Amino acid sequence: MQVTLKIFRYNPEDDRKKHYDTYTLEAEPTDRVLDLLERIKGNHDGTLAFRRACAHGVCGSDAIRINGVNRLACKVLVQDLKARQVVIEPILGLAVEKDLVVDMEPFFDHYRSVMPYFVNDDPPPQKERLQSPQERERFDDTTKCILCAACTTSCPSFWMNGEYVGPCAIINAHRFIFDSRDQAAAERLEILNDQFGVYRCHTIFNCTDACPRDIEVTQAIGEIKKALIKGGLD
Amino acid sequence: MQKHQYEVVVVGAGGAGLTAALYASRNASTAVISKLYPTRSHTGAAQGGIGAALGNTEEDHPEWHAFDTVKGSDYLGDQDAIEFMAAEAVDAVYELEHMGLPFSRNPDGTIAQRPFGGHTNNETGKPVRRACYAADRTGHMILQTLYQQSIKNQVKFFDEFYVLDLLIVDGKTAGLVALELATGEMHIFQAKTVIIATGGHGRVWETTSNAYSYTGDGVALTLRRGIPAEDMEFFQFHPTGIYRMGILITEGVRGEGGVLINGEGDRFMETYAPTVKDLASRDVISRAMYLEMKAGRGINGKGYINLDVTPEVVNHYAEIDGRKNPDGTPYRVTANDILTKLPDIIDFCETYIGINPVSDPMPVQPTAHYAMGGIPTNKYGEVVIDEENTVLPGLYAAGEVACVSVHGANRLGTNALLDLVVFGKYSGIKAAEFANAEPYVDLPPNPEAFAMKQLNAIQESSGKENMITLASEMKAVMSEHVGVFRVEEGMAEAVDKIRELKERFKDVRVDDHGKKYNMNLIEAWELSNLIDIAEVTAVSALTRTESRGAHSRDDYPERDDDNWLKHTLAWLEDGGVRLSYKPVSMTKYKPKTRSY
Repeated sequence: MQVTLKIFRYNPEDDRKKHYDTYTLEAEPTDRVLDLLERIKGNHDGTLAFRRACAHGVCGSDAIRINGVNRLACKVLVQDLKARQVVIEPILGLAVEKDLVVDMEPFFDHYRSVMPYFVNDDPPPQKERLQSPQERERFDDTTKCILCAACTTSCPSFWMNGEYVGPCAIINAHRFIFDSRDQAAAERLEILNDQFGVYRCHTIFNCTDACPRDIEVTQAIGEIKKALIKGGLD
Repeated sequence: MQKHQYEVVVVGAGGAGLTAALYASRNASTAVISKLYPTRSHTGAAQGGIGAALGNTEEDHPEWHAFDTVKGSDYLGDQDAIEFMAAEAVDAVYELEHMGLPFSRNPDGTIAQRPFGGHTNNETGKPVRRACYAADRTGHMILQTLYQQSIKNQVKFFDEFYVLDLLIVDGKTAGLVALELATGEMHIFQAKTVIIATGGHGRVWETTSNAYSYTGDGVALTLRRGIPAEDMEFFQFHPTGIYRMGILITEGVRGEGGVLINGEGDRFMETYAPTVKDLASRDVISRAMYLEMKAGRGINGKGYINLDVTPEVVNHYAEIDGRKNPDGTPYRVTANDILTKLPDIIDFCETYIGINPVSDPMPVQPTAHYAMGGIPTNKYGEVVIDEENTVLPGLYAAGEVACVSVHGANRLGTNALLDLVVFGKYSGIKAAEFANAEPYVDLPPNPEAFAMKQLNAIQESSGKENMITLASEMKAVMSEHVGVFRVEEGMAEAVDKIRELKERFKDVRVDDHGKKYNMNLIEAWELSNLIDIAEVTAVSALTRTESRGAHSRDDYPERDDDNWLKHTLAWLEDGGVRLSYKPVSMTKYKPKTRSY
């Protein structure tokens, strides 16, 4: 079948303004959108810039907007698309560097700000720290995050104000706050109890829809809000 | 052009690079340079587990792990290094747990373990639960945990910097040349030590489980600086990639009781590996699948086999095998067990082929997966550059890019993640020790000259050759002739073809002549790396006239220990590839016939 891709283009070294280029190409229903971008780059215009690595939804490189919603280019197949005309744009809320490549630094700065690492200052035991399957299950959902930024850059609160830490940073705090082995929950909750913390979330659910790992992002944010209101964990 | 100075510079930010950086940065100024953001690294795609004889649910010993690895390697692995890795494995896994890694758990709260191919109880020969896992995303958890700890320990990163050249002065490591992707600017890193941890090169082949980024950058970089590559003819084809796409379906599926079924409905591995069946080594299973398909027993006569993990089929064969739980009760699974233990596999199958593995079998074929060969090192990660294992001062390599060799002719599943953390750790420790004892080596005049020469050649080429065409011709010839089965004529044809492609590459077309995020230029460079690697691989394979592990020749079907129990060393020179050999390090394991 034939598919038409209308792709956002911007090159800071080029005199042309931001614009869209349109390409029509043959595609199989099972082709990934990423496969189409590769073919365009290889056969039509080598200057097209986008990020990708694993090509099967685990590395988080290729979050883009496909027909207005945030998706990984490698996880959407041609047959999943409603229309034969597909609009491809960079994710919103981060500065565009070139074509579909955005500046990820502000996103990672937010991530780094929530202590996204395990803290336990007791001397470790000789073997593993024990954790029951139920305790492990408590934070399983948020361990799946691949830092693709699809959630944060789908969030209207983040578009409004880039100082909001955003859903991705919050769920990465959640992953440790609810880990029975960790000791820094209170500090992380304090960080999120800020004017640019969890209260910027207005439960719009764009993040949950955007997550390519099917993480219940809004629910995890809700659990943190609840912990803050109660002044601690369950 | 910017200049930087660090005592230790790590290239690559996957499992090996991050582990190396965590250890090195404790005692020396350290920077990590990576062409990807660290969490994009291919370690994150590893699924099934990391091997360590914790013995959490049944008897196990590091000695058994060592023997299984030696046998899995078809006796080409260096036994001192293998014993070292198996012994270090237990602490390495506990250390990851102490860093917060969220392993799946047993009811008693210990780390959960599952069976994996080639890992056995050495007394009974039956599969043993040795693979420590976090559902089916163990690599993801390792990568995330190591990156999290790097943030905690304030490791310095140069993200999206692409290394173009290694600087060696008077036989000593002096630094690196790298290109900053965001600006196109050149950066010179003066370094007392360099640790190369850039991963593998599965993109040489057509159907692969490997990321686009797996382009052999580290091996190509060192080959161009006169350092040999070891055992490049040994490349692993994982038995279970999704048909046509190559996306990995973990061996953990078979660890949980999944079986391979041919077009006649037979569980054919019973014939090829009567004791461990579907949990034989990967080389053995990939060959068996090809033989079945060649005999017309693919599914509907096509080029794939079914991998079945539906509860009825798992339970049927578990009963036949007499498989037991750790408590002695018969092993049985429910749909929910499969959902809990293999969530990502189910997601991949639903997304890409519209199949739910809980109710339908998965169509699979062997997929190019893992480089056993690479930059020669000893067990401390020090790069050794000749037949006598002479160390190149200040240069280290770890992870898939390195050839210690602990995997020999065939790697066991779960030993790759283990390799990353064990040898990443020791290369980091050793590099910092070296840096504390030695001064910086002066940089050469115009340190960027060699890199610029290569870049300019690409940018100023005639542009008559399309990159995609060159890449597909390389992949086609390597897949056909330097794949699971190999013969003289085919490999000779591959060598000629690769040399033709190397010539044609001089006319490669690059459309992008800008500075910022010039991915087009980087991809051309990556293709030149792949072509160099394909050449070295094909020549090394053509010359080895035996079958061993993943190197399987129809014209020399037997292992030949009298002539070929030795490592290949390959140098890339102007006239082509020069080969030499060095002995395998043996301790107590005498080569035996390998059967499962």
